[in-house]
Amino acid sequence: MNDKQAANAYWRANVRIIWICMAIWALVSYGFGILLRPLVSGIKVGGSDLGFWFAQQGSILVFIVLIFVYAAWMNKLDRDHGVEE
Amino acid sequence: MDQFTLNLIFIGASFALYFGIAIWARAGSTAEFYAANRGVHPVMNGMATAADWMSAASFISMAGLIAFTGYDNSTYLMGWTGGYVLLAMLLAPYLRKFGKFTVPEFIGDRFYSKTARIIGVICLLIISITYVIGQMEGVGITFARYLEVSKETGLWIGAAVVFAYAVLGGMKGVTYTQVAQYIVLIIAYTIPAVFISLALTSNFLPQLGLFGSHDGSGMEFLTKLDQVVTDLGFKAYTEHNGSTLNMVLFTLALMIGTAGLPHVIIRFFTVPKVSDARSSAGWALVFIALLYTVAPAVGSMARLNLSTTMWPGAATGETYSQPAVSLADIETKPELNWMRTWAKTGLLKWEDLNGDGLIQYYNDKATEGPAAEMAAAQGLKGNELPTVSNDIMVLANPEIANLPGWVIAIVAAGGLAAALSTAAGLLLAISGAVSHDLIKGAINPGISEKSELLAARISMGVSILVATLLGLNPPGFAAQTVALAFGLAASSIFPVLMMGIFSKRVNKQGAIWGMIAGMISTLVYIFTYKGWFFIAGTNMLEDTAANWIFGIAPASFGVVGAAINFAVAYIVSGATEEPPAHVQELVESIRVPKGAGAATHH
Repeated sequence: MNDKQAANAYWRANVRIIWICMAIWALVSYGFGILLRPLVSGIKVGGSDLGFWFAQQGSILVFIVLIFVYAAWMNKLDRDHGVEE
Repeated sequence: MDQFTLNLIFIGASFALYFGIAIWARAGSTAEFYAANRGVHPVMNGMATAADWMSAASFISMAGLIAFTGYDNSTYLMGWTGGYVLLAMLLAPYLRKFGKFTVPEFIGDRFYSKTARIIGVICLLIISITYVIGQMEGVGITFARYLEVSKETGLWIGAAVVFAYAVLGGMKGVTYTQVAQYIVLIIAYTIPAVFISLALTSNFLPQLGLFGSHDGSGMEFLTKLDQVVTDLGFKAYTEHNGSTLNMVLFTLALMIGTAGLPHVIIRFFTVPKVSDARSSAGWALVFIALLYTVAPAVGSMARLNLSTTMWPGAATGETYSQPAVSLADIETKPELNWMRTWAKTGLLKWEDLNGDGLIQYYNDKATEGPAAEMAAAQGLKGNELPTVSNDIMVLANPEIANLPGWVIAIVAAGGLAAALSTAAGLLLAISGAVSHDLIKGAINPGISEKSELLAARISMGVSILVATLLGLNPPGFAAQTVALAFGLAASSIFPVLMMGIFSKRVNKQGAIWGMIAGMISTLVYIFTYKGWFFIAGTNMLEDTAANWIFGIAPASFGVVGAAINFAVAYIVSGATEEPPAHVQELVESIRVPKGAGAATHH
């Protein structure tokens, strides 16, 4: 059953990383881009405010970084758990 | 050289390139036809995915969609990119590890059920056929505009081109053609954008120009745009005017819909390793972002350009500091030649309603404010520029900015590349579902490799014919790609795939009833407001915000459909037996990357 426990530990770690990334994903788009926009409207970005920037540009840039961070993080996790290809 | 010859040369050269690639990379086996033998480099696959994903709508219409609504339509920008985060983390790596050829095949194996697989095929076909009609129409319209043929002829030419390279090349040929098409379309999109940004903001990068300052007035660009559009009686560009609930739900529907689109998912079957599937989604988003971060700049700048063309005073000072553009100027001035060109297509229309020789563009529904005062003072009888199509914002840009003829020609080639690359990806998904899931999976499991490859090619040929005929006579649902295709992908395919990976407990019955519940609830909600099967007049409730349940727009309902799918699947699974041991082992094996290479040779 050791194999099974190791696989479970790997999967739990993956799911935890996904939760962290999804929280950031939601924060920049639904958060700063839409729901929290009034709260951060004091921060001006070139003729508009931070929320507008996140909605039209910032969220996309964060998404890109997020995927590469996830990919790198998972490569490390794969190696640590000995499940890399 | 005249414009027609230039268009012909650029479009012809791009087609020759696609044919050349198809002959060089033609598919010789089913593994090559369905999954390019899993030998595509992740960066290459990212580029191909970007072309696969960015359709005629992304290329031609999206900037205009944002331009005329402003901030509220940021939903498209976030929704159509955020889905890749979901793909990278929730679906792509595990489906790559599964190592088969189609999306319904995973559904069938994971839920050990032919019924589940067939339901998957039905969803896939509705989604992909709806989507492909729009692409074929886009091809027809682009041909008609740039090569002076009828829309019908254009459609048949487009169909012949796709037939030649997709049937021959399969996934392998289409992948490398899509890479070439991405390069053509991104160049075509970027060049006019850089020029318009330089002209309005002196900023080389449109992404920076959008948040930079406006040259004529010295104000910040977005402040200037807000000022001009509100002067004209429209809502402020950067402000939130619509329903917050729908903005959230629509963005989410687009995100999970994107992640559930079969033609996008199968692209990730082509990379060599599980880790490549993750990084490849990142590369896809990099290449998509090159267009998606330019689009809002193109849209807003083109809108300011249009406004200052109609009100020349607005370019440097107060909006109404000079009279509106005169009818005589529009009909004779060389720099307004583009207005005459586009009027011929019906995408732009003006009319001097009050006969004062000037064309006043404003929002005639505004009852107070500067626009209403101006209208009263000048004795206007209504907006004199009643038609400005969204599509003009991209297509007319090179002419508005007075760019040389070859830029116009490359925009034409770019529009065709966007439509053709997406059409080819969709046709691959359709033919795979027919030949692999229906013929091999259900009708004739003993079919030989060679016969299956032939079946795949024949089903693709038939799909092209069907798509072309539907493109010639678009049924009502063709205009509803966003509601129908994304709604179904979100409510049926995305949840079943995610549960198949993240839950060992969801079983056959749960998956089947979940998919049916998600699909039916979404279809019924859309049909209630848009008409049964989109036949005009058969809608049971008028499609207005007051009638929507909890104010949820039909296009946003995919999220609710997805929630229904998840709920039904968990409840039904809980009430029935656990999946068999070999299925639970399958789930465990797709969760770890190790052994993906072996899965190729099943």
